[in-house]
Amino acid sequence: MTKILTKHFDEPKLHELETYRRLGGYESLKKALGMERKALQEEVVKSNLRGLGGAGFPVGFKWSTVPPEDKVPGPRYVVVNCDESEPGCFKDRVLVTRAPHQLLEGLLIASYVIGSKDSFIFIRGEYQNQYDILEKAIAEAKGAGLLGDVNIHLMRGAGAYISGLDTALLETMEGKKAWPRQPPPFPTVAGLMGKPTVVNNVETLSMLPFIVREGGEAFAKIGSAKNGGTVLFSISGHVEKEGVYEVPMGTKLRDVLALAGGVKGGKKLKAVIPGGTSMPPLLEKDLDIALDFDAIKAAGTMLGAGGMIVLDESVDAVEVAHNIERFLAHESCGQCTPCREGSNWSERILERVLEGHGQAGDTENLARVGENITGKVICALGDTVGMVTRAWIGKFPDDFKKRVPHG
Amino acid sequence: MGKTVKYKLNGVEREAEEGQLVIEAAKDVGVEIPHYCYHKALGNPGNCRMCIVEVAGAPKPQVSCRTSVREGLDVKTDSDLVKRAQASALELHLVNHPLDCPVCDQSGECGLQDYYMKIGQYQSAVREDKEHKGKRIVAGPHVMLDQERCVLCTRCTRFVDNVTKTHELGIFGMGHTEKIEVTPGMTLDNAYSGNVVDICPVGALTDRDFRYKVRVWYLDKTDSICPGCSRGCNISVHTNTARPWHNDGKRVARLKPRVNMDVNGHWMCDDGRYGFGSLDTDRLGKVVKLRPQKTEMSWFDVASELAPLLRKDAAIVASGMLSNEDWAAYKALFVDTLSVKNHYFAAAPDQLGPEDALLRKTEKVPNLKGAESLGLTSGSFDDLAKSLEAGKIKTLYVIERDLSKVWGDRAASLLAKAQTTILQGPNKYALGDSFTYRLPATAYVEEDGHFTNFEGKVGAYKQALSPIGDARPDWAVFALLQKALGAKAVAA
Repeated sequence: MTKILTKHFDEPKLHELETYRRLGGYESLKKALGMERKALQEEVVKSNLRGLGGAGFPVGFKWSTVPPEDKVPGPRYVVVNCDESEPGCFKDRVLVTRAPHQLLEGLLIASYVIGSKDSFIFIRGEYQNQYDILEKAIAEAKGAGLLGDVNIHLMRGAGAYISGLDTALLETMEGKKAWPRQPPPFPTVAGLMGKPTVVNNVETLSMLPFIVREGGEAFAKIGSAKNGGTVLFSISGHVEKEGVYEVPMGTKLRDVLALAGGVKGGKKLKAVIPGGTSMPPLLEKDLDIALDFDAIKAAGTMLGAGGMIVLDESVDAVEVAHNIERFLAHESCGQCTPCREGSNWSERILERVLEGHGQAGDTENLARVGENITGKVICALGDTVGMVTRAWIGKFPDDFKKRVPHG
Repeated sequence: MGKTVKYKLNGVEREAEEGQLVIEAAKDVGVEIPHYCYHKALGNPGNCRMCIVEVAGAPKPQVSCRTSVREGLDVKTDSDLVKRAQASALELHLVNHPLDCPVCDQSGECGLQDYYMKIGQYQSAVREDKEHKGKRIVAGPHVMLDQERCVLCTRCTRFVDNVTKTHELGIFGMGHTEKIEVTPGMTLDNAYSGNVVDICPVGALTDRDFRYKVRVWYLDKTDSICPGCSRGCNISVHTNTARPWHNDGKRVARLKPRVNMDVNGHWMCDDGRYGFGSLDTDRLGKVVKLRPQKTEMSWFDVASELAPLLRKDAAIVASGMLSNEDWAAYKALFVDTLSVKNHYFAAAPDQLGPEDALLRKTEKVPNLKGAESLGLTSGSFDDLAKSLEAGKIKTLYVIERDLSKVWGDRAASLLAKAQTTILQGPNKYALGDSFTYRLPATAYVEEDGHFTNFEGKVGAYKQALSPIGDARPDWAVFALLQKALGAKAVAA
């Protein structure tokens, strides 16, 4: 299978500048700096590169919404979102650990296109090793004169899941509480310190060296319609071989699972959470769904950031729902009421049910509360609070019936 | 003004300014959309999600505090979807609310109660215990904080961040354990702290001086003007006469600001808000002659007795507490009829205080401008003291002024220099027993009148309470004296 990001992962010292350059690293940056910025942006549009941090927004289009310098003068920024916090997602950690220069090269290409002289990498506070690796890599690249006139700043998060959401991340960077903003204006128009800002995920930016080297069309050809290139899945749970797997966009769920060795111990598959815990699960019958942003949306769930959690038949849906709601209630930023109160309420209902004190009507109430949250909140975290309970109740009603007497 | 556009509100075609927030445009045509976090002066963070409406073509419901009117916009505030969304937002606000209305001072003017009756009325589905947070937290000299009642709308933090810029309150923690707290090392003691009580839509922030005094539904509300300084903030006087055994027997329970964008905006200062405490202390209710011995008199008799004593060489001490009506009658009597030259009403140290860029003005009386606009000028109190020392003043007429605060310890001996001294006003003040005559006048809450603020803007205040005893408005006393002097009374 075609690999882009993990192609050279069998090189033990890929994280070092020397190795990365020996394998052709930073040649794309050189090529990019010799091209028109407009032409580069066109290549990214042609590539069908989607935002791989979870939203799947077309990257070329996002970039095109940054107002041109002659209309809005002053600084503009590129921010790398490396606040990987979705339970089940660990591909950014692997990308930074193994191929930090791939990210830096992508970031420098993006900075050139956007016109950013100060670019930021916002890294999850818990990623201490990755922070050290990036710090070293930036120093190496700077020493080799690769950064040009761009300053790359490393910033660490303080441990809140919500900071991974672009506008909450920008608030955090400004030293404020990580409360998501409510666009408009979008960050590309008014982002960090009110300046035009492009926020892209680690994986997204790491794709850029390939796109510049091989061209947008070549990248688009690897994936499926409107979903260019490859995607990384962090696979965990009940599989034989957990890990990060790179597959072309549109690969079938069945084939992705096969890469990880299938369900552990030959047990029966109960559910696959495709994109990180917040996403509704897929079932055995969904194994032939093609995994790209659009096909999976049609199946009622989301690709998210590719944090795939595989659950076998031994798992109780009520426990899963409780575990996820507990996480969401803990991580709710508390800005808007439905999420702040609803996540905790849902968690406590599920907790009571798990303790054996389920009462008639609990399941319906959970679903009702969930419905009242999703779509009525400020950000995507809030949406998932309601989505999770409704999805697990909807897909595994029998598990809830067992726990909650008389319905 | 932007361009006027046509849009639809609940199926009815309306016109509004392009870009106006839907929540405001709807209010203008009488459609109230429930909300907690939105406040016209404090912005639209959109965190309470109460003002949710349906916008045709939008993939999901929108908050009307962040939706702007544009040509062709089609908004519904009364669809089933909207009603459900608003009721559920309310339900989520109440999941952890203590529901302690019977002992809560906000009862009767609470956003949670009001919306429950208007859009809620559901059966509670909460079977879990409530989240517990801090209660009875003294936030500052005037304000008490109850974190359990708080709906985290952030109006108060936005007030201290953006209006006073003093940052004494903040949101601490995250998720369901999040709470409003006083910033460590600070206390909510800025000059405008009482406003957070007004803007708090629930019972989280309450006035310490009003707690447990009187139920709000017993209060009568009267439009008035704060007499605390020359800004002339528009206020509402809340009086308790229905239950005189409540509120420790005090007739005025509290003062609240009234919105007037030309004068005070939405706010008033703490000095004005909490400064009504002495309103009913040592009130004058009878016309009294104190010397040679204390005798009660009728208004008619005292006027006849005083008329010959009021001559050109009398000295008149007054203050900016007088209304425009009072000043007009004052001028007619003392200037036009008696040609008195010695007028003393300037703000001396007794009526000067701190000023700031927000509202407070340095003259701590409301209506010096009223005297100025009639061409009256004030002499200095130092000169008056000298004249008294020199025995040049036979009759000293003092209106609504505490001379002990003007002259300090010297006041009593200076007063004794004049042959006849008259005190007219609502209160006795420190030297009230040292005068020859005492004439009871109404306080501003007991009369109708007008004040002209420092910018020349005239504001009307209304009578909220009955006068005490035989008290009359100052202008009526002047008119009576005028009549006794045989001159024609001026119409007030």
